[in-house]
Amino acid sequence: MSAVRAQDLTCGYDQRKVLESLSLSANSGEVLVLLGPNGAGKTTLLRALARFLRPMAGMVLLEDQDLWTFSADEAAQRVALMPQSERRDWPLTVEESVRLGRAPHRGWYAPFNVEDRRIVESALASTGLLELRERPITELSGGEWRRMIFARALAQQANVLLLDEPTAGLDLKFQHEVLRLVRDLAKNRKLTVVVTLHDLNHATLYGSRLAVVAEHTIVAVGAAQEVMTVDLIQRVFGVHVTIVAHPIYGTPMVVPLLEMEPARAEEVHP
Amino acid sequence: MNRPVVVVVVLFAVLSVTALLSLGVGAVTISPGRILQILTDREGSKVASTELTIIWEVRLPRLLLACFVGAGLGTAGAGYQGLFRNPLADPFVIGASSGAALGATLAIINGWQGTFLGLACIPAASLVGALAAVAIVYSIASVGRQIPMVSLLLAGVALSSLLSAIVSLLMFLHEEKLMTIFGWLMGSLSGRGWATLWSTAPLILVGGSFLWMHSRALDALTFGEESAASLGLGIGRLRSTIVLSASLVTAASVAGGGIIGFIGLIAPHMARSLVGARHALVIPASGILGGLLLLLADDIARTVVAPSELPVGVVTALMGSPFFLYLLKTQQRELGVGL
Repeated sequence: MSAVRAQDLTCGYDQRKVLESLSLSANSGEVLVLLGPNGAGKTTLLRALARFLRPMAGMVLLEDQDLWTFSADEAAQRVALMPQSERRDWPLTVEESVRLGRAPHRGWYAPFNVEDRRIVESALASTGLLELRERPITELSGGEWRRMIFARALAQQANVLLLDEPTAGLDLKFQHEVLRLVRDLAKNRKLTVVVTLHDLNHATLYGSRLAVVAEHTIVAVGAAQEVMTVDLIQRVFGVHVTIVAHPIYGTPMVVPLLEMEPARAEEVHP
Repeated sequence: MNRPVVVVVVLFAVLSVTALLSLGVGAVTISPGRILQILTDREGSKVASTELTIIWEVRLPRLLLACFVGAGLGTAGAGYQGLFRNPLADPFVIGASSGAALGATLAIINGWQGTFLGLACIPAASLVGALAAVAIVYSIASVGRQIPMVSLLLAGVALSSLLSAIVSLLMFLHEEKLMTIFGWLMGSLSGRGWATLWSTAPLILVGGSFLWMHSRALDALTFGEESAASLGLGIGRLRSTIVLSASLVTAASVAGGGIIGFIGLIAPHMARSLVGARHALVIPASGILGGLLLLLADDIARTVVAPSELPVGVVTALMGSPFFLYLLKTQQRELGVGL
């Protein structure tokens, strides 16, 4: 059973279709990475999976049930969206912000209880935010702020995590820390993670499967070795690359080339 | 109890003491001990009847009204600032004041008589005017079931200009009523009795409680629509609830004291600098601070030029603006104006 699935999904804004007849499924315990050029519709897909955008045709299935038959709270208990960016001009503290991740479970009126406090505590601990808990979010650095949003998604305890470029604006250490956390969570807690990334090598290193969004649909999906081909990257991103094996793990690594004629790139290709 | 909750309790204590002392201030000075005696001994067996009348019939209802109107403006301001995520919003941001002004002006120039909901004609007309203006702005700005916030603000500004222009025109055409209208527009708590209090305080309490109940949702909304929705928040319904409750509170406050500026802008800022950004604390703290500020302003309004009075709205603006500028200069960080 797939945890979340798009089935012949067509969606967009007003009359403009961004995605057409797209089908894709993500299974529990896996990290499914969405790749694709800017404007291809990765964010739109995540919004549709998060019940933020209503499909124009087709549907999104959550636990094999139409996502839109769930109430907003029920959906939020199961799916957490970490958007690419959000407003951060209201000086709530880190802890107050993370605690709001409990709202789908506790509701909007009842006081938070001991269980909520424990879950918030563990979310702050897993993201290294314990020492910043009293800090207003208006004063966080870009990386700290991303971790706060991540902690809030963890406090939400959803089985499906939708992460829109969670590494944007982070330094190298936190990029890998966040991705490692994502991978471990998926494995240990059997979460389903759908994440958009721009770095193809992050994708091959941390993704269980990759899906490439382009031309309003999914043009390739599968394991890194199947998806990451020179032709596909050339076609989708318009960049000359060569693909080598990771020296330690053997996973494909995409190496960009400087204006090199494709012929020589092919020679290097393993 | 954590620190912010203690702050709220302390603020309430300060308000209570200030209220007690304010009862003694005025043309006839009455000591705090004597006030307590009068308040606990309503039959007046041991006190002079003039003092009894001054406290019970004049100062007490006026003081309570100042507290409620101030609290209403404070909570409505906090609600609108949270809704718009904008520290410049105040209770009048979507047209309530100009609607109230037009309603009151029409009542004054037409010499309407009678009562409505226990309110005299002018306050009643301003209540209706305020609610009608907000309803018009809301219906113009809404697109289907959505209410884009920018449209709401723009419609509010545009309708306010129109209604204010009509008020100015009416004042120009009815020169003989100019001072009455002008006096009302500047806000005053003078001569309001128990009846005004009984008609406005319940509306302020109900609307204020509704705003407070939605504190957590307002907190979530500060992250922006997408993130709030991903937490399961129904944004459209929340917006309508906040606009409705805040407008009810504003309209009731205006019916109680006329158009009193600055309290609704300044109280939420002071509240946030004292208790942090969570609406669960900001809303009650804004209410208490609003009540306290208006109480002090009214004390000043009725004493500095005694036996005459200043319009309290002039006092709030005269004292409020410099104080606000001072806060802005010294506490920019705590005020959360890093927008």
